[in-house]
Amino acid sequence: MTGGNGRKPEQQERIGVYVCHCGSNIAGVVDVQQVAEWAASRLKHRGVVVARDYKFMCSSLGQELVERDIKELGLTRVVVAACSPHLHEKTFRTACARAGLNPFLMEMVSIREQVSWVHTDKEIATLKAQAVVSGGVERVLHHVALEPLRVPIHPATLVVGGGIAGIQAALEIADAGFHVYLVEREPSIGGHMAQFDKTFPTLDCAACILTPRMVQAWGHPNITLLTWSEVEKVEGYVGSFNVTIRRRARKIKEELCTGCGICQEKCPKKVVDTIYEAGLGYRKAVYTPFAQAVPKFPVMDVENCIYFQKGTCKACEKFCPTNAIDFKQDDVVMQVEVGNIILATGYEIFDARKVSNYGYGRLANVFTSLEMERLTNAAGPTNGRIVLRDGKTVPESVGVIHCVGSRDRNFNNYCSVICCMQSLKFAHLVHERTGARVYNFYIDMRTPFKDYDEFYQRVMEEGTLFVRGKVAEVTDAARLPGEEGKLIIQVEDTLAGKQRRIPVDMVILSVGLEPRPDANEVAKRFGISCSVNGWFIEKHPKLDPVATMTEGIYIAGCAQGPKDIPATVSQGAAAAARVLGKIQQKEMALEPVRASVVEEQCSGCRICNGLCPFNAITFHEDRMVSEINPALCQGCGTCVAACPAGAIVGTVFSNEQVLAQIDGLMLLNLEESLGTPS
Amino acid sequence: MTNETFEPTIIGFTCNWCSYRAADLAGTSRLKYPANIRLIRLMCSGRLDPTFVFKAIASGADGVMITGCHPGECHYLEQNYKALRRFQLMRRTLQGLGLEPARLKLVWASAAEGAKFAAEVAAFVEEIRALGPLHWGKSNGRLADAPALSLPADAAEPEGEVEVAA
Repeated sequence: MTGGNGRKPEQQERIGVYVCHCGSNIAGVVDVQQVAEWAASRLKHRGVVVARDYKFMCSSLGQELVERDIKELGLTRVVVAACSPHLHEKTFRTACARAGLNPFLMEMVSIREQVSWVHTDKEIATLKAQAVVSGGVERVLHHVALEPLRVPIHPATLVVGGGIAGIQAALEIADAGFHVYLVEREPSIGGHMAQFDKTFPTLDCAACILTPRMVQAWGHPNITLLTWSEVEKVEGYVGSFNVTIRRRARKIKEELCTGCGICQEKCPKKVVDTIYEAGLGYRKAVYTPFAQAVPKFPVMDVENCIYFQKGTCKACEKFCPTNAIDFKQDDVVMQVEVGNIILATGYEIFDARKVSNYGYGRLANVFTSLEMERLTNAAGPTNGRIVLRDGKTVPESVGVIHCVGSRDRNFNNYCSVICCMQSLKFAHLVHERTGARVYNFYIDMRTPFKDYDEFYQRVMEEGTLFVRGKVAEVTDAARLPGEEGKLIIQVEDTLAGKQRRIPVDMVILSVGLEPRPDANEVAKRFGISCSVNGWFIEKHPKLDPVATMTEGIYIAGCAQGPKDIPATVSQGAAAAARVLGKIQQKEMALEPVRASVVEEQCSGCRICNGLCPFNAITFHEDRMVSEINPALCQGCGTCVAACPAGAIVGTVFSNEQVLAQIDGLMLLNLEESLGTPS
Repeated sequence: MTNETFEPTIIGFTCNWCSYRAADLAGTSRLKYPANIRLIRLMCSGRLDPTFVFKAIASGADGVMITGCHPGECHYLEQNYKALRRFQLMRRTLQGLGLEPARLKLVWASAAEGAKFAAEVAAFVEEIRALGPLHWGKSNGRLADAPALSLPADAAEPEGEVEVAA
């Protein structure tokens, strides 16, 4: 399985070197022909028998070039100098395999990302490319033929997050006949979409299109729905993850509860609902967040329950017709095994209090977009009436401020994608329901995608007034006649080129989207990473947007970055398709990057034992040696580097490979002193 | 000895998951940094055997840069902490050998930090340039039969297009 320490290539290897032009991407800066010629002549004594340059090495013609040489010239090693191995290592390994060469006898070196794209001086870039190729040639001499590790794929899938992305992904997989565990932190699935009234640009009722999906997920024979639950621990790897899930005690016996709602009705404790109602409405201490919640079982909020706080009450228990209340119920910690995981953990809205000059939290009639969603929702705290904070006054003029917390160096640099469209939606709804005069304050109007710009046109035709400019301040300090009792929006109208003060009754802040506050923690738990802004990083921004760097972990929806509902649903479906592909293969090949102990050299010092975070190393007391379990080893190589006896060897990144690469990069191989590889 | 035309040769170690991708991102974003560094990919900074560093220096490298995922973000959970400990040890060893510990640098760069990667390389080249050449290796990485791998004097300055990461 490994090359072993101190191994020298046993016979004269026959190496082919292939230098890619990548159109002008490489050839524009690196003299690729010179690199190939240099390798052919100066590295001939290291075993290079052929060196070629070609316009696009990754094209079928380029690959055929490599394959033909392997067959006709009897190559035993291949070096491809092109782009990053993260892009095309697989391509060239497959080409080698097609020609009958073990794919792990190919080494790919990057002369695009690491040379032509980052350096400008052609002569120097060419010289560096030669050194990089030389490093690859020395390294490839120490490659050994390997077989990929094959692991079975468990057919079950874990979906984390029960918003529309997670629901979509779960349904796609379940419909294909495979089991899904859908885990949701809140008492009901539905996510942010369940809070909305209308969805842009079609103005579909969000609940009308979402709730059938929620019900479908609940009744699906292939979906185990775990709400009021969280993933605590993830162990294992693609194909067989062991997931620990904590099901928080609902204090309700689900098998008895009929969801009649009497407990909620009788519960004497009212609590401000900061999650579902965005702080505008109340719920009880025992509650379902909304009428169409799925599942229908309520949860008990023990921090606010009078019985849990004071020891008496039990009104819910008294009135429950099926004796479903169980004050003694405990959390249940369960273990499930799954082959793949989809993370659809969603977003948080930007905290508008941070923009203190807009007065949110200080000026009563400044609302956030999420509050506005609840105000416009027929099932919301005002039954869909758009009124001021007093609960009765209908506004006569409303200002909608775009980009609050987005595209702002003080807060988030990025565009939150959905804010322009949601602001236009509010403009339409306010206009339609109150007849108020509506102003939209925007920096740039961003309405890409199907039918979005048409919606913008429609809102303009309805008479909404658009002011291009970033609002400086929202204040209640009246200065001019007509401003008394109003909120005054101070803005520079950049189209008219003048400062304006616009008095309104109500201000809506179109707040941006942010990653969940615990996104980093969750990423760590699942072994993936977050971008600088805190969104989960996809494997490739264009070609692999739902996979991650960790095999078997996929992402969907706003956890990956701000996006609207159609894009979120597409990603949920895409992640499901990727998982289904894996399940259908039944097993998958893993990189054979693994460490192993050469027993004869192991002194039994046990230094390596404590270094492995995957518990892959066990110590045999009887033989006084350590052993590495290849199924648990992830191939990081820390134990290889730490073994004082050099008894641990690592494949793909062996000591010999790395040390030889240093020789090559330093061009020590040009000297005879290094010895010919014989 | 500080020599304006001295072009150091630097070996850089990257981890497969974060810093190699940062280098890829620097490339994709067309950020410029000096050509003095030559990179080696490892799976993890925890794979870095101190032998690699001393071998690089013995082979003529004037400096060595170790890069990995940020603490707490290691793809292998915590192995970059082991790299951090070894880094301290290797610096002491370099001092014991009579070398400037500053010839070894540790940089954390996430897959999103292409700009930081480029800026750190540019800064390290200047730091090594200030320390001067080591003259340990026979060839010092220069091509024996080609024009010496030295930059024209005007290119000796760090590239202006490098964006300095916060």
